[in-house]
Amino acid sequence: MAGAGPGGPLREAAGPGVGARFGRQRRMRLAVNPITCEGHGLCAELLPEWIRLDDWGYPIVNPDPVPPELKDHARRAVAACPTLALLVRLD
Amino acid sequence: MAPVAPPVGLPRLLRWGSGSEGPMRLSAHMERIGPPPCRDERRGPREALIRAVDASGLRGRGGSGFPTARKMSAVAEGGRRPVVVANGTEGEPASTKDKLLLQSAPHLVLDGVVLAAEAVGARRAIICVEEAARRAWLSVEAAIDERRATGLDPIGIELAATPSGYVVGEESALVHWLNGGPAKPTFVPPRPFEKGVGGRPTLVQNVETLAHLALLARFGPDWFREIGTPGHAGSTLITVSGEVARPGVYEIAPGTTIAHTIASCGGGADDVRAVLVGGYAGRWLDADACLRLGLTDDQLRPLGASLGAGVVVVLSSRGCGLAETTRIARYLAGESSGQCGPCVNGLASIAGALDQLHRGQGGPGTEGSVRRWAADVAGRGACHHPDGAARLVASALEVFSDDIDWHRRHGRCWADPVRPDLASSAPTRSR
Repeated sequence: MAGAGPGGPLREAAGPGVGARFGRQRRMRLAVNPITCEGHGLCAELLPEWIRLDDWGYPIVNPDPVPPELKDHARRAVAACPTLALLVRLD
Repeated sequence: MAPVAPPVGLPRLLRWGSGSEGPMRLSAHMERIGPPPCRDERRGPREALIRAVDASGLRGRGGSGFPTARKMSAVAEGGRRPVVVANGTEGEPASTKDKLLLQSAPHLVLDGVVLAAEAVGARRAIICVEEAARRAWLSVEAAIDERRATGLDPIGIELAATPSGYVVGEESALVHWLNGGPAKPTFVPPRPFEKGVGGRPTLVQNVETLAHLALLARFGPDWFREIGTPGHAGSTLITVSGEVARPGVYEIAPGTTIAHTIASCGGGADDVRAVLVGGYAGRWLDADACLRLGLTDDQLRPLGASLGAGVVVVLSSRGCGLAETTRIARYLAGESSGQCGPCVNGLASIAGALDQLHRGQGGPGTEGSVRRWAADVAGRGACHHPDGAARLVASALEVFSDDIDWHRRHGRCWADPVRPDLASSAPTRSR
């Protein structure tokens, strides 16, 4: 099956695990390293559907799997974090 | 040496020395209970002790209640030679049971350290005691010297004098400090059992847990389970403080009712208004809801509470729950390690708002803000410090709505001002 193995188009979403071999997309969740997070707030601006800020400007992330239509936005938010505190976890 | 008969009934840990006559010496310890069975010829393979611990149902006595055998197995299977850390830091102000144990029966704890090290294959063990807990520290130091002089142990035991602080005893903070860093929690994973002291798999166990291990290794898992409940096997040390005539450390059978426990400490059950169970990171329980419950996690769980490190604080009708909670919340805010924004800001905001409510200066939204902040900070730190504070505060809003109402209307506090500091009045004394 062209493109479904490691290195193919599905790799980023699925990773090289068993799920990828069968073409199943792994679920993506977002997490914050609270020690490195400095509350810049870019993530909540880029992904308001999934991240809100608390009263002090620190992100509160929806713990559920990110829906497919938001995955690209989520990756953009992760890349934009100035302290690399926003993390992607695949399961 | 004739085998020692298993002790019957309670106490188990405190019978080997009550603390008032000073720490039990090695000679007396050996006479009464014998050497730790780690070099016994009849002993099976190394895994035998982990199997015995598993069969005993022993759970950690430091607060989390995690099954000890599971932690030991994970460390033993870690690939590299592990390290054992005995956690005697006891940063919880309302708990003195670990200090008491260390200053009365240090060899029981050290036996447990050696046995745990043997079981997981460690050659290095570190016992951590708060430097400020002078008596406990000196007791352990002398005990280690005695053992070294007799060549009792197959491994080296080091004593580390830790800084004081509420979160110092948190596993990752303790390991961070032992590795030369500040005594502050780290962002896990990796957890200490995977990668701890010197990067090695590290078994961090509370000192009371290790003392139980020392006994169950000698007398077996069936003996261990004779006391307690299926979910909470073995005896347990609790620290009772607040408005009881005889505050101090007690050894109880888990499942003993809260009413019975308070009565044994000289508290009048009729006058109990609320009980703080679990510690500063625990939960206030209304007397009507909790007095008939047994002190075991199985029975406390439906109320969202747990026995934690064995803390019971009694508030009578003379006390103000809002005053107590405000003081504790301020303390917990000050004990934040200052690393995570939600904890630093949230706990300070909560403490400030509670203070306003206590002075009768809260606005119409103040209580709602406290509620929302408590919900918002839970689960958002590197460690569980903000979760514990949130739990305590949320329970206070539930149980002490009358107090909050009184302060809203009258401003000043009606409680006896000479009793503002219930939970830190627990003496290091066995009963």
